[in-house]
Amino acid sequence: MDDRKLRKLIGDVKGGRLSRRGFLRHMAAVGLAAPLANQLLAFGGVAMAETKYDYKPTKAGGGGALRVLWWQGPTLLNPHFAVGTKDQDASRIFYEPLAAWDPEGNLIPILAAEIPSRENGGLSADGLSVTWKLKKDVTWHDGKPFTADDCVFNWEYGRDPASAAVTIGTYKDVKVEKVDSHAVKVIFPKPTPFWADAFVGIRGSLIPKHLFEPYKGAKSREAPTNLKPVGTGPYTFVDFKPGDIVLGKRNEKYHRENRPYFDTIEMKGGGDAVSAARAVLQTGEFDYAWNMQVEDSVLKKLEEGGKGKIEITEGGNIEHIQLNNTDPWTEVDGERSSLKTKHPFLTEPAVREALNLLVDRGSVQKYIYGRTGIATANFVNNPPKYRSPNTKFEFSVEKAIKLLEDAGWKKGGDGIRTKDGKRLKVVYQTSINQPRQKTQAIVKQACQKAGIEVELKSITASVFFSSDVANPDTYPHFYTDLQMYTTTMPQPDPELFLNQFCSWEASSKANKWQGRNITRWQNAEYDETYKAAQKELDPVKRAALFIKCNDLVIKHRVVIPVVARPRVSASGTKLTARLSGWDNDLWAVADWYRGA
Amino acid sequence: MGNYLLRRLLIAIPSLLGISIVLFTVLALAPGDPFEELATNPNVPPEVSAMLRQKFGLDDPVYIRYVRWLTAMAQGDWGFSFVSRVDVDDLILQRLPTTLLVIGSSQILAILIALPIGIYAATRPYSLFDQIANTLAFIGFSLPTFFTGVLLILIFSIWLGWLPFVYRADIPATGWEFYWEHFKQSIMPVTVLGLFQGASLVRYVRSAVLDVIRLDYVTTARSKGLSERVVILRHVVRNALIPVVTLLALQMPAVFGGAIVTEQIFRVPGIGSLLISAMLSNDTPVIMAVTFVFACLVVLSNLIADILYGWLDPRITYR
Repeated sequence: MDDRKLRKLIGDVKGGRLSRRGFLRHMAAVGLAAPLANQLLAFGGVAMAETKYDYKPTKAGGGGALRVLWWQGPTLLNPHFAVGTKDQDASRIFYEPLAAWDPEGNLIPILAAEIPSRENGGLSADGLSVTWKLKKDVTWHDGKPFTADDCVFNWEYGRDPASAAVTIGTYKDVKVEKVDSHAVKVIFPKPTPFWADAFVGIRGSLIPKHLFEPYKGAKSREAPTNLKPVGTGPYTFVDFKPGDIVLGKRNEKYHRENRPYFDTIEMKGGGDAVSAARAVLQTGEFDYAWNMQVEDSVLKKLEEGGKGKIEITEGGNIEHIQLNNTDPWTEVDGERSSLKTKHPFLTEPAVREALNLLVDRGSVQKYIYGRTGIATANFVNNPPKYRSPNTKFEFSVEKAIKLLEDAGWKKGGDGIRTKDGKRLKVVYQTSINQPRQKTQAIVKQACQKAGIEVELKSITASVFFSSDVANPDTYPHFYTDLQMYTTTMPQPDPELFLNQFCSWEASSKANKWQGRNITRWQNAEYDETYKAAQKELDPVKRAALFIKCNDLVIKHRVVIPVVARPRVSASGTKLTARLSGWDNDLWAVADWYRGA
Repeated sequence: MGNYLLRRLLIAIPSLLGISIVLFTVLALAPGDPFEELATNPNVPPEVSAMLRQKFGLDDPVYIRYVRWLTAMAQGDWGFSFVSRVDVDDLILQRLPTTLLVIGSSQILAILIALPIGIYAATRPYSLFDQIANTLAFIGFSLPTFFTGVLLILIFSIWLGWLPFVYRADIPATGWEFYWEHFKQSIMPVTVLGLFQGASLVRYVRSAVLDVIRLDYVTTARSKGLSERVVILRHVVRNALIPVVTLLALQMPAVFGGAIVTEQIFRVPGIGSLLISAMLSNDTPVIMAVTFVFACLVVLSNLIADILYGWLDPRITYR
């Protein structure tokens, strides 16, 4: 799909010949996630829509206590330091961003008065800046007004390397200017079609300038407010014990009408996922539990208790298998999987295609993940409404055998195929996690039928996912032929996501295995397309280039997607929790209520 | 005595230093990285975690890190958690009350069960009561706490719905209700731990009493015409309890250390759960502080046990 066709589609939406949903479905099929597709429409002059949410309570308060259970306890309450989702969620009770992502990838104003668009003058035509108008009469929990100075301060705080904030990636390249007391301008170094990163969503929560200013930079750790948050959010701070509990009570001056419904909120941490599911689904001690990493069959059994239900939220996580393009078994200059080597057979298209046919995604979903892992052939994840009906996956041992036969791989005496003295034997690694070991077994079985020998390797998660330079078993080292894990796409813009296939990002000893291209796939056409997209001024052309990047990855079978991993949580039968796969679980905690 | 105490304390210093070196080295060699989540998050540039590592001094050689830790510790600075960026001593102090309450009451429960049963069983060895007590004790200490814990949850929380199984240190109630809620939520964890510890203690008390009850002076006491009650309580138990008291003194560190498994099952925010979550997130300063506190407590309670020996048994002298 080139930019002309894209432009025509956007025109169709504007002219009413194509529905917004239809457009998003088209985009999803070619690898653009819903939030970016929505932003494209905004550039084309089609304002963002808000997914309808039915909020029933007619007054704030009176809902009693909201009790939520996170089986990993939150450890800190400063959104700029929040590494894990548990900390981001806990901070979100007290702090808010300017805007947040709803389940369909639309931006919803929170502290912003409106979403910037071309019509309201928020978006500049050249893509070099975006102006946010802030809501007036919003106050911090201590009564001080929320103004544009606070936004500017958050930018300074986040981008200062000495603060050691995790939001540095969001703020380091942009510039933020105060326009007036209730408007800020975010200026980009180059035309940026994806303008909604700073001050938006997970990393966009804002902290008050008047309390954090003395603690910017190297003293960031000492701020007393790190542990006693003062935000603009629906609940004010009561108590916090790291790793155990966060307590809040209703913010009576909350800036959104009739919200929040609950009088107090309690977020309890610790324990394990199964008992957390029990506490919601079976005993009803808690209203909501996060991240149910529990086998679906167990969840189904617990649901029979009738006290709660399982909520599945589509998001951006994909369990996928990576194919090594370099030779993991030859050491060159002190490293294996060196860029100077080439994998003896995994670089052969026929072998890659055959492996793709040998992953029985249907069975993986049916027998292992159930509702918690949906078989997919697409590397770009998307809400089910937009999932293209055309993408399909196939499992066929016969076709795989035929492909290998045609490519000259003949079965030897031991049933394993060989060609030019090379044996089709792969080592397939993943982290220790029951569903992953079961998936490994399913793949191994199919491969053996097709004459590929598979040796399975499982590594403790804390080693596999570490950035330890000295340990050869981490996933960035990739010292085996195949490996499997879940990749996340927490940011809707694909630019960062797609750089994991660029040649210069290849993980190697030289960059201490910090490069993001783990498969070491190197393709000149991809690199050029990606670079062109980075430089592209026109958002539509840029989107078209990203679509091409995605096509190249799929065409060359750089990775084999297995299942999409939606977010799974448990909530009480009466609780209405507004969830979004593009933001934190508690992104809209002000909208939660308990109905009859 | 003063001389002895001073000597013992001086000997404790090198052993604590040795322990800290071993702990530190093992932690430094263990795989993992406190900034693991940063490393796998594509939105955080690798420079950030590199900078954090540098800022927290993680890239320095192990011995430099150790010396830095030791000098800070000597000045009373326990360091701060990499994960929550909170001072370690604050974290430990927050967890201490709950730990002492839950584990302490389970120890008391264990003693309250073990003493009478153990003594009574020993006075009537191989009787029906002794057989039953023995059998129950064997069952008690062969069932791991993670099994009995989950079993109790199933019975009392899920089937009967009587007791909550999520422990909450902050209860939003006052007065009697506050204590009642605390009592209700403590029943299961305290029972699980108390029965487990009590079971092994029963066996210990029984054998200690059995050893003493056969001695000649007990026969003498009986032939003097003393009542059985006086013989057992004044003459037998007092002597038999010397080793039991030592055992209890040596269990003191365990009281502070909490019970990792039980705390995890019931979500008791004690030191054990602090340690396990610190380990899972490779939060070295917290692991180091907690384990080092344990080491100090072990050394200290050894000393206390030795001193208690002399107090209970005047035949032992210190030189």
